[in-house]
Amino acid sequence: MRRHLPTALIALLCLALGLAIATQVRRTNAGDTLADQRPQDLVVLLDGLQQREAVLRREIADADAALSRLQASGDSTAAALAEAQRRADALAVLAGTVPAAGPGLEIEVTDPQHGIAPADLLDAVQELRAAGAEAIEVGAVRVGVDSAFTGSTGAVQLDATKLAAPLTVLAIGDPPTMAAALNIPGGVVDTVERAGGTVRITQRDRVDITALRTIRTPQYARPAG
Amino acid sequence: MIGIVALVLGVLLGLWLDPAVPAWVQPYLPIAVVAALDAVFGGVRARLDGIFDAKVFVVSFVSNVVVAALIVLLGDELGVGAQLSTAVVVVLGIRIFGNAAAIRRHMFGA
Repeated sequence: MRRHLPTALIALLCLALGLAIATQVRRTNAGDTLADQRPQDLVVLLDGLQQREAVLRREIADADAALSRLQASGDSTAAALAEAQRRADALAVLAGTVPAAGPGLEIEVTDPQHGIAPADLLDAVQELRAAGAEAIEVGAVRVGVDSAFTGSTGAVQLDATKLAAPLTVLAIGDPPTMAAALNIPGGVVDTVERAGGTVRITQRDRVDITALRTIRTPQYARPAG
Repeated sequence: MIGIVALVLGVLLGLWLDPAVPAWVQPYLPIAVVAALDAVFGGVRARLDGIFDAKVFVVSFVSNVVVAALIVLLGDELGVGAQLSTAVVVVLGIRIFGNAAAIRRHMFGA
């Protein structure tokens, strides 16, 4: 009996060890790690969480304040934005950076004797503008604020693009007003016919001006005031 | 031999029964397991060296477990429980490695 006692004890201890190992492994796998942690560790953990919560609450308050501020200014901002958009659209049509469509004139100019001078076409554009034309295209060139007629009689250039007769001029504006402006005695039609050319003016309900200009960045001029 | 059989039996029993561990034992169970493993490896090495003594094994097993648990308990009371349990695991791990190396030399001759 005395010889068997240590053996039985060894077996008992090993059994207990196996039991403990299995239990511990099972508990670790269960994933409830917080339950095993010491109070000190848990306090540190809790402290970290509370600090994080405070930071997040501050962020929420900041975001709320920003939200109400933006909502307050949102209405006036939207109105200002719509106004700015409308002005940008109008300016884009005038500057020639977007296509334009509307009622206007289609003017066909022929020049068989090559007698039309740059000044004659400039007169035509001026007359159209004076009559309220909002967008003008001469040949394949959109007329903008910095357009210039150059060249010589019979070989007119607009913005360094050669204009070949017969020439089509498109203008958007009030058709009767513009037609009357071109037809006044001593006006554009008279001048062209004296130079040996013909002018045919057609009033249309819809004229499409698709030629575009690229905006030039001012090199010398700066906004002042 | 009986030890190994009992160990396997204990693992199976633990997996089958899934005993609940009392809350006050929970922090000490992993340390106790490692300490007991150290004792078991030491016992195996002694058996291979031919100097195995059942009494020594039983006493070393129990004292290992108790001392390891006491050290961790003391550490918890002093507020350095986590560090002390790390220290205990490191020391016991080194001893287990040493014993495992000796066992390896016996079994494989290398």
